[in-house]
Amino acid sequence: MRSIKLLIAVPFLGFLGFLPWANRIEPYVLGMPFLLFWLVLWMVISPIILMIVYKLDPDNREGETE
Amino acid sequence: MNISLLIVGLFMILALFLGIISSRGKEMSMEQWTVGGRGFGALIIFFLIAGEVYTTFTFLGGSGWTYTRGAAVYYVPAYIFLAYVLSYWFVPKIWRYCKENNLISQPDFFVAKYKSTALGILVAVVGCVAMVPYIVIQFKGLGIIVSSASYGSISPTVASVIGAIVVATYVMISGIHGSAWTAIIKDFMILIVVIFLGIYIPFHYYGGIQPMFQAVEMVKPELLILSDAGLSPSWFISTVIFTAIGFYIMPTSFMVILSANGEKNLRKNAITLPLYTILLLFIFFVGFSAITIIPELGAAQGDMALLTLAIKTFDPWVIGIIGAAGLLTALVPCSVMLMSIAAGLTQNVYKVIVPNASDKQLLLVSKLLIVVLSMIALYFTITGGEAMAMLNIMAYSLIVQLAPTLFFSLMKNNFITKEGAFAGIITGVIVVLFMTINGLGIGDLLPTAPQWIQDINASFIALIVNIVLMLVTSVVARMFISFKQPGVE
Repeated sequence: MRSIKLLIAVPFLGFLGFLPWANRIEPYVLGMPFLLFWLVLWMVISPIILMIVYKLDPDNREGETE
Repeated sequence: MNISLLIVGLFMILALFLGIISSRGKEMSMEQWTVGGRGFGALIIFFLIAGEVYTTFTFLGGSGWTYTRGAAVYYVPAYIFLAYVLSYWFVPKIWRYCKENNLISQPDFFVAKYKSTALGILVAVVGCVAMVPYIVIQFKGLGIIVSSASYGSISPTVASVIGAIVVATYVMISGIHGSAWTAIIKDFMILIVVIFLGIYIPFHYYGGIQPMFQAVEMVKPELLILSDAGLSPSWFISTVIFTAIGFYIMPTSFMVILSANGEKNLRKNAITLPLYTILLLFIFFVGFSAITIIPELGAAQGDMALLTLAIKTFDPWVIGIIGAAGLLTALVPCSVMLMSIAAGLTQNVYKVIVPNASDKQLLLVSKLLIVVLSMIALYFTITGGEAMAMLNIMAYSLIVQLAPTLFFSLMKNNFITKEGAFAGIITGVIVVLFMTINGLGIGDLLPTAPQWIQDINASFIALIVNIVLMLVTSVVARMFISFKQPGVE
């Protein structure tokens, strides 16, 4: 399950990979121009991804026995 | 003396007082002073790391760049949250290694990994050079804050000098314990101030966030997105990647990592910190509001945007509170910065020259170095004129040159030799300094390349040269060793 850490690449690929596409003003989402919303969206998705990694990461179970 | 300056002054005294009492009752060894005896829990680490996020740079420089450059400023939260994501993977590894080997500074890490004290000296020096622009940012910020709070009766230069003296005194007395306590107060204050400003100002002037953005769209729509050339998406992506990598390699973040009391706490923080970074949005709201409210300020004065707008909007006592919050955002990171580079230079340069120095002597040398470093940074603060964001990027360009060597050393079978590490780091740093001093970008080297390539951050050239030389030198060194070894045996 160590490969679960590969999920860490998702925010990089998702946020930066689609950035040229997200570089637009319209539509406004939650009062923000789209580009800003895109940034905020990934700042919310990233902790969720990390949370999943944290739960599944065997390193953290080893840590509990310390 | 007016009320706003009085409030700022009171907070300055409070911070100094906290610094003194927090260190009382603890015998100040080198390890206590720098990494708090490696005993900080998740919460304090959270505040110390988060303290790196809300520096005067984000407070004044962030709103300032929003005002002058618009959406390009999104690079700041982008690199910070990606740095946290990345940290989940490699930061616990560093912590474990340093704990097992009792290391207390970033150069120590390189010394232990590459078995070369000379490499430690190089890393300490690079760390120091990279931190200077960063400290300059904080002093500049202090100058702007104190000067604005005095409504111009204290000049920014004098204010920077006062700020530098306070910071140096503060860090000499308290070490990281003081920073930890002040970091907590500072974070609460800055949160309240930033959220208040970010909501109040757009609502007061425009009646909402979206109307505020639409007002900007009417006047300067280009500021709401990245431009086609210059600060374009390819500039953004490349800058974000290298600053995200550089974030935890900064000697300061490195030191905060070491002061944690467990790997799990570092991972937990990696999860929550990206959310905290969202609060930077409020600073952008202030910066975007300033575009249409105070267009007369002008691009050169961008870093003044937040305070100018605040002074236009509020009574002096509110300016005092904002100024006090700003003061603490300079004080905490600046003290960690000074401490980490002083510790690095003492541990890895002075101790190499004077191997049998006592712990007391080391502590004394560190403190002297803090005075010297403050003076150097102050000199550049007074003489230099760059925008804070440019200084920030320059600091990262330099520090990221340590990244290839660092990441290779985390692998199970590290292929890189110390010769390779040397060659890579030195050439990388030279290329960065050369390009920065001469103001060169990729466009100057490859004028016929497509625009998106020209916009890639120039630090990448340095990084590529760095990696290539590191690999080639390592190969040569290994061939040389295997060629020589039979004769030795």
